[in-house]
Amino acid sequence: MSKFNVLEHEIVPEHHLVPVDEEMSVLKKLNIARDNLPKISINDPAIKALEEIHGKLEPGRIIKIIRKSPTAGYYEYYRVVVKSVI
Amino acid sequence: MNFNNVSKRIEKIKFALLSPDEIRKMSQVRVITPDTYDDDGYPIERGLMDLHMGVIEPGLKCATCGGKVDECPGHFGHIELAMPVVHIGFIKEIKTMLDSSCKACGRVKLTDDEVNTYRKTINNMNFESDDPEIIDLSLKKITEIAVQRTICPHCSAESPKVILDKPTTFREGGIKITPKEIRERLERIPDNDLLFFGLNMSAARPEWMILTALPVPPIDVRPSITLETGERSEDDLTHKLVDIIRISQRLRESRDNGSPQLIIEDLWDLLQYHTTTYFDNQTAGIPPARHRSGRALKTLVQRLKGKEGRFRANLSGKRVNFSSRSVISPEPFLSMNEVGIPEIAARELTVPVLVNSFNVDKMKEWIKRGSTPRTPAGKYLAGINYLIRPDGRRIKITDQNAEINSDRVDIGWTVERQMTEGDIVLFNRQPSLHRMSMMAHTVRVLPGLTFRFNLSDCTPYNADFDGDEMNLHVIQSEESRAEARIIMKVQEQILSPRFGGPIIGAIHDHITSLFLLTHNNPLYTEGETLHIISYIDVNKLPEPEIKDNKKYYHGRDIFSLILPEGLNAKFKSHLCSGSRGKCEYEDTIEDSYVVINNGKLIHGTIDDESVGPFSGVIVDKIFRKFGPEAASKFVDNVTRLAVGFLSYRGFSTGIKDYDIPKDAISRIEEISNETLEKINKLVDAFRSGQLQQLPGRSIEDTLEVEILSETGSVRDESGKIASSYLGLNDPSVIMARSGARAKMLNIAEVAGMVGQQSVRGGRLNRGYANRTLSHFKENDLSAYARGFIKSSYRSGLNPTEYFFHSIGGREGLVDIAVRTSRSGYMQRRLINAFEDLKVDDERRVQDTVGSMVQFKYGEDGIDPTRSDEGETVDVDYVAYDEFGDEK
Ligand SMILES: [Mg+2]
Ligand SMILES: [Zn+2]
Ligand SMILES: [Zn+2]
Ligand SMILES: [Zn+2]
Repeated sequence: MSKFNVLEHEIVPEHHLVPVDEEMSVLKKLNIARDNLPKISINDPAIKALEEIHGKLEPGRIIKIIRKSPTAGYYEYYRVVVKSVI
Repeated sequence: MNFNNVSKRIEKIKFALLSPDEIRKMSQVRVITPDTYDDDGYPIERGLMDLHMGVIEPGLKCATCGGKVDECPGHFGHIELAMPVVHIGFIKEIKTMLDSSCKACGRVKLTDDEVNTYRKTINNMNFESDDPEIIDLSLKKITEIAVQRTICPHCSAESPKVILDKPTTFREGGIKITPKEIRERLERIPDNDLLFFGLNMSAARPEWMILTALPVPPIDVRPSITLETGERSEDDLTHKLVDIIRISQRLRESRDNGSPQLIIEDLWDLLQYHTTTYFDNQTAGIPPARHRSGRALKTLVQRLKGKEGRFRANLSGKRVNFSSRSVISPEPFLSMNEVGIPEIAARELTVPVLVNSFNVDKMKEWIKRGSTPRTPAGKYLAGINYLIRPDGRRIKITDQNAEINSDRVDIGWTVERQMTEGDIVLFNRQPSLHRMSMMAHTVRVLPGLTFRFNLSDCTPYNADFDGDEMNLHVIQSEESRAEARIIMKVQEQILSPRFGGPIIGAIHDHITSLFLLTHNNPLYTEGETLHIISYIDVNKLPEPEIKDNKKYYHGRDIFSLILPEGLNAKFKSHLCSGSRGKCEYEDTIEDSYVVINNGKLIHGTIDDESVGPFSGVIVDKIFRKFGPEAASKFVDNVTRLAVGFLSYRGFSTGIKDYDIPKDAISRIEEISNETLEKINKLVDAFRSGQLQQLPGRSIEDTLEVEILSETGSVRDESGKIASSYLGLNDPSVIMARSGARAKMLNIAEVAGMVGQQSVRGGRLNRGYANRTLSHFKENDLSAYARGFIKSSYRSGLNPTEYFFHSIGGREGLVDIAVRTSRSGYMQRRLINAFEDLKVDDERRVQDTVGSMVQFKYGEDGIDPTRSDEGETVDVDYVAYDEFGDEK
């Protein structure tokens, strides 16, 4: 069976890795500390798929997620990669 | 963030064991006598009510801090136990430690290698942040290894298995180990080994789990009460402490004068029993300690545990003052913003008024009136119940002291005034499932004993008047009154955050009434019109139509009187969507569409779609364009107009209204016979294997599906035949088509045929072996044997049908019971998860810690209350409102 890329599934929203040098500006734009960002487990299938492209991701990296919304058109969401989510 | 207003913040909480030394150190007195008060009622020194432990009687002073009753916080004392006893709360821990440590040398029974590796794993654990359950589990794994070992790896001594004889006795090879011996063993465990038992050596020593000294709680924790007879009654904790001291004393005496070992052991066991029940009087395995009356004592654990305990009764759930509860009943002549309260409640509930230079004269006047004033005509007037002096003392106002106190009152006093018309109160019906379950109303004092309100408020509260009760709270501060007026008032809650439409509107009869007033635009004489209009708050008459020199008025014009000028709307009425398939009014614009132009109803029928809750297009449009004030005024007028008109016109229904002609009945009979025949054919086809199997279904399922569709269509068909004889002259059809109550389906059941009964979506099939009732043949698959009811409610059901109907009806009841409890719990969990999320001024959603939940509320920043049924904005309506019907 060929490997399936979850990011290509229709109902999975776009996941992008925020480059390290843009992280500060993103946090500044959101006016928030990195710790307070919503979290995403490093074991999340979407992160595994991103690792196929960018190589191993360290906890603390920021992921930008673009979701479709019936009322807002597109909606940007950010998550910070964490080691494990309880 | 600004922490300046926070006087103290809790950074962390540390739990530790109290050592006997600490107990003695924090103790202000060593209690040695089991007595409380002497004959003069003065606390006995070194007794359980020693003044060093605090004061509860006015006039006395604390011997420790010198404070008076309200100043002294209370202080601990202690009891020196004659012999050590086991603390019931630590039984499990004591057992593990006895099991896994060596009896002789006290070391944990792990080899040096194991000690080294496990010490490392434990040091790597974070006791402050890791999941305590996981910590427990891994520690248990380690101690389990030591428990399994009988020979000590350090000194090679043998430790036999310790057995716990519940609740507090430990045995080793059948012989009891006394608490004293246990304590000695625990003392031998070196500090360094404590971490294997999950103990922090800086916070606890295991031998402290065996009590040698017992703290005596401050008197404030266990106050005695004086009964009306002058008798003193002690707190349950005090009773228990008396027992402990008494037995401890006897034990000490017996031990010191060398009594037989048997007596000493008995007393020691008794001391253990009393201390155990002092902590937890529901310990399994021992009888609870009781009062002379037979009532079980409420000791420490009982104070905290369960529904009546400190947590659920006092911390999570609180009782409030200034509230009342009564049965509710309807009053259409009240505004939706009002609530009628009975005089008896109004006289009991008070509002505090701070006396200042502006109101001092008025207040003096009010106080002079006493506590039960009335107008000369006997009407209710607010009286004064209490005065609160600047020093906090309360004075009860009676008719005797009213005059004097009126002179004494001055600026800075507070007057507790009874309810009066216009006061704002909070009104609530449980279960409080959404924010509209608690709304602010203004008060009307009415005769009678029930709370009353406008019927349009029934929907948000989900109230009816079959005995429902509601709660009412009187607001006590100026700020809260302002908040209640601005955000909690009923008129502010007309639009629901649940679906962005009105949740308040006309119900039942009111819809029927407006339907009758506007459908086909009937004419009314001047006299009739004046009578109807006298109910509503308007001061003009509509344009009359002159016929034979007499003035007549149109129903739609009368309704238009309560519409605000400037209102435009165009929408399909409920009447036009009332039946399945094509509706008979679809092609006549006048009947299918409600058109309102500049506050005038041009054509169309007013019904549920216009003014009902959940749909209420007119209410919705008025609220959005003219605001809450206008919307509430409209709904109030709708209620009055509807009541006024319907009480004039009259409206009722009865069984006769469902009479249909003979040939209709025989036609229904005919089609039901046809269906029975068809079903028999289907069953025959099934038995002979001729039935065409449906894709994805078994042959049995196929048969059931086919039969169900036959029974369904015959019910519809008979309903159609029946309702073709019942038109808009029929009261129940009026109710169904206007959306006031019931559906056309219900009418079909009454006049036509009740139809197939079902359980879990299928025909009835259980009961007796292979049949529903004993008089059917086994495996009879025909319609009658499986719950088909060909009778109508009007004609009546035969016994078999009646029984099948009960089976089908029960499913509904069970469903409701199961669904409400399950969805209620689900909702509770959601509420608890969301309750402290906060939307800030950038519309970001965060929790109390500051963790982001949504970067924009709802991902679009739109308040669902102000949305148009979920959509951001209704562009079509805005255009229609501006430009009208331009094509
Ligand atoms: Mg009820
Ligand atoms: Zn004190
Ligand atoms: Zn040993
Ligand atoms: Zn229609």
